[in-house]
Amino acid sequence: MATDNKLSMVVFSGDMDKVMAAFIIATGAAASGMDVTMFFTFWGLKAIQKDSSLTGKGLFGRMLGLMNRGGIDTIGPSRFNFGGMGRWMMKTMMRSKNVASLRELRDMAIEMGVKIMPCQMSMDVLEIGTDKMLPQATAPVGVAAFIEEASHSKATMFI
Amino acid sequence: MADPIKPDQILDLKGLLCPMPVVKLSMAVKKLQAGQTIEGIATDPGVMADIPAWARTSGNELLSIEQQGKEYHFIVKKTA
Repeated sequence: MATDNKLSMVVFSGDMDKVMAAFIIATGAAASGMDVTMFFTFWGLKAIQKDSSLTGKGLFGRMLGLMNRGGIDTIGPSRFNFGGMGRWMMKTMMRSKNVASLRELRDMAIEMGVKIMPCQMSMDVLEIGTDKMLPQATAPVGVAAFIEEASHSKATMFI
Repeated sequence: MADPIKPDQILDLKGLLCPMPVVKLSMAVKKLQAGQTIEGIATDPGVMADIPAWARTSGNELLSIEQQGKEYHFIVKKTA
């Protein structure tokens, strides 16, 4: 199969630091002229949800939606979050060093034409409706859609 | 430099960290005509490795890159 100048990424993690790495790599690749596809699944979906998104239909789904509420600014680092203290500290440190925020990186990625694909199965399991996703995201897709993208890509990553 | 190049555009990248220098540079280069040059001025030491790599990947030509005190100056010619 022909390989395009393309990068495909699975964003499984919903941690601030890992999502940040994903968007930094995505914007860097787009800046270098590559087509970039990001497939968001499971906890990663949080990074492409609307800000005011309370999700869930059943009891468990609504409990999960409540615990996991809010948009991209509410996600904490994978270590030392301490109920939000770590997130605040890390954001403050990053701002003082003039590193782009997670939201700015995501906006930049979208502006540069990075394709945002949400995973249908995770959305069903976590009870997150399509209306809770960013309008710039594609319609939800399955694994075959990602594999098709990945099979054309020069580089594939799982974060 | 014996024959300094006069760039068509100057891009201020001071204070920006990875990935913003390459992101801003690529956006600015996109607006140039083929053959035009742009000079970037950054303070992130990472650009010394990143700008040459970006030029190789994107297919644009890096004419020069050097450290001047705390700044890093580079000139890129749009060829892609």
